[in-house]
Amino acid sequence: MMLLHLRLAYIATWAIHGAYLTFLAVKSTRIRRELRKLESKK
Amino acid sequence: MKPSLIIFSLLTLALLVWGFHQAIFVAPTEATMGDIQRIFYYHVPSAFAAFACFFVNLAASLAYLKTRNARADALALASAQVGVVFCTIVLITGPLWARPVWGIWWTWDARLTSTLLLWLIYVSYLLLRRFSHAGSMPVLAAVLAVFGSVDVVFVYMSIRWFRTQHPQPVLAGEPGSGLAPEMLHAFFINLIAFSAFGALLVWVRYLLERQQQRVEELHAHAAVGGAL
Repeated sequence: MMLLHLRLAYIATWAIHGAYLTFLAVKSTRIRRELRKLESKK
Repeated sequence: MKPSLIIFSLLTLALLVWGFHQAIFVAPTEATMGDIQRIFYYHVPSAFAAFACFFVNLAASLAYLKTRNARADALALASAQVGVVFCTIVLITGPLWARPVWGIWWTWDARLTSTLLLWLIYVSYLLLRRFSHAGSMPVLAAVLAVFGSVDVVFVYMSIRWFRTQHPQPVLAGEPGSGLAPEMLHAFFINLIAFSAFGALLVWVRYLLERQQQRVEELHAHAAVGGAL
């Protein structure tokens, strides 16, 4: 049980960080696209 | 992407890999708890990173209340969001350690309850920012952050002020408490690695928020131009 919980803790930590990094990547793509569109209209 | 950001990212990645190696393969196995104690090398640095983020959030919120500077507002949002990410990790890794050691996943002691409360306060802060479109939203969020930060002090001091199920402080605790030098080494590498990773995430999120502010500014310009 100890090793299972240790593995779960490490997996959970990096799964959460991975999810957040994915969120940042998606958000970044969306903002850059919108910014390009708005600046081309200017 | 800025070269300084790329260099800092690579440095942080190297520190995280080194920290992982130290925590799993180098640090000795704790005599009483066994391998499960190795969660400590992720749990405590994550808590430290969360506290640091909430402290930056407090400083940025105070700066925003004083100056109404959009940069301070962007930093407040970035640090709160990253702080919630690290606090979530603390709340997940803690019970995963507690179940084999205490025999229970959770108990309503002062440290655990105040940490859950801290998480709820900053999730409320993020929800306020996400769903409120009122012009006064950044001010309201900054005020909430100032009050919310009081709980950071309470969480930190709770194991000193109350008798808790949570272990007593290992560092800066009672005389005789502390870690073996090999454990201390692994702990400090992870502390630096997680702090650097937290700083990196805040930096990236801050840059994104500044771009978001620019988008909103351009939308506002376009709306004014259309109205005229």
